[in-house]
Amino acid sequence: MLKVENLVVKYGSITAVDQISFEVGDNETVAMIGANGAGKSTTLKAISGLHKISAGRIFFDGKEISKTGADQIVRAGLVQVPEGRQIFNKLSVSENLTMGAYIMKDKDAQERNRELAYTLFPILKERARQAAGTLSGGEQQMLAIGRALMSSPRMLLLDEPSMGLSPIMTQQVFAALEQLKKEGMTILLIEQNAYDALEISDRAYIMETGRITLEGSSADLIADERVKNAYLGGEL
Amino acid sequence: MTASYVLSMLVSGLKLGSIYAIVAIGYSIVYGILRLINFAHGDIMTVGVYLVLVLMNSLGVPVVACIVISVGFSVIVGLLIERLAYRPLRDSTEETTLISSLAVSSLLQNLLQMVFGSQRKPFLLPNWLTQSHKLGAVSLSTINILTFIITAVFLIALYFILTRTKIGMAMRACSENMNAARLMGINVNRVVMFAFAIGSGMAVIAGVLLAGEYKTIYPTLGFVPGLKAFCAAVVGGIGSTGGAVAGAFIIGLAEMLFAGLMPASVTAYRDAFVFLLMVIVLLFRPNGLFGHAEGGRS
Repeated sequence: MLKVENLVVKYGSITAVDQISFEVGDNETVAMIGANGAGKSTTLKAISGLHKISAGRIFFDGKEISKTGADQIVRAGLVQVPEGRQIFNKLSVSENLTMGAYIMKDKDAQERNRELAYTLFPILKERARQAAGTLSGGEQQMLAIGRALMSSPRMLLLDEPSMGLSPIMTQQVFAALEQLKKEGMTILLIEQNAYDALEISDRAYIMETGRITLEGSSADLIADERVKNAYLGGEL
Repeated sequence: MTASYVLSMLVSGLKLGSIYAIVAIGYSIVYGILRLINFAHGDIMTVGVYLVLVLMNSLGVPVVACIVISVGFSVIVGLLIERLAYRPLRDSTEETTLISSLAVSSLLQNLLQMVFGSQRKPFLLPNWLTQSHKLGAVSLSTINILTFIITAVFLIALYFILTRTKIGMAMRACSENMNAARLMGINVNRVVMFAFAIGSGMAVIAGVLLAGEYKTIYPTLGFVPGLKAFCAAVVGGIGSTGGAVAGAFIIGLAEMLFAGLMPASVTAYRDAFVFLLMVIVLLFRPNGLFGHAEGGRS
């Protein structure tokens, strides 16, 4: 569904992403793991059209989107849940969801999606009229995911959904992702929290200083000595 | 000094505040989204008033039609300025766009001077608009009463747009986090254009109300009121629409009371007084009276 070929992304003269290639198949959940500054978020920004790419090509559903505008990429069905949640603090929870459905013309479909988001995260319904900035970190992450689901995306890009969350909140967020996965959502998940990411994903890529250094099935990687030592804190 | 004199000063202050409010909102919504202080805003207003003058005097078009046409024209001018002078600089610093807006302001003033000359021209609205009505102790012209009504309608309409419509919510979303707004599929350029269109259209209405009051027009007509409306937006907390409106009424009232109650020897400095007031407010409240500290935005 998503295919990235020899992607290069630069910040000025610094190369943040250096010729990486990877793909995510239909209904697949793929994790990309790596330390802070490995270039994971930059990769997602480039895919979503928020950062200009220097070389390489990106395809979504066989169509090249390397130079497509960010709003058109959302319209194509590829939606990102950005790093640090980036919800609209001053808007209410309900208005945040409405913004997630910005591209939807069909009011009924929009309301159906709102109900789906509320079913997945009931706390959002309770807090619907509250300013989003008053939510806890975990609730904000739920809102960010709910907001992304509002436009009926065919694929989700998630940038560190567990960042800054308590272990309990992290488990709740991952449970929701598990649910989406079961329903057939295609997911690309970026995480520093390697264990949870490998648990939930089918395949994974390991990224280090702008390059993909290892790839394979998540089951294999979780048992791999190198991965264990570098990302899973040694012996579990 | 009688009570009715003070009352009429207060009413004049509110009237001036209303006009500033309409202009200040234009500054504020554009600043909120782009962090751009559009100094050409007051000059777009002047362009619109000149067009009203030409249509009304040379072509004999009824005044309401003149204003409608002029609002449409000025919206187009506003959009063109955004497209040509600001959008190419979208990724540059705030200082760069600020300088660009000063350049546009100066360009518009000089264009008007070339076409219409630099001298003042009478701007006389039809009698039904300037006719005076006695309301208790104060007398108001039709256009004064319309000023209050139009401002109220604009404020209510704007509140409705910002809180009930998708494009309005998108404006608020963009002013908070433009990248996140992009990730919602919001076409940021459309939102920016919408903000410029609203601001420019409203500015022309304010310009007609102002020129109708002064009964005169000249190429720099909008510049100083534009600056004062900008002060109003800053005093209220720039980027906050409610703050801009509150700031506008504070500035309008303060200016009128200063002009009406101070000795004649200092009232000539009413413009300076307004700017001084802004400086004093900023010394104590750097983010304006109702503004919030601006965090870094991603």
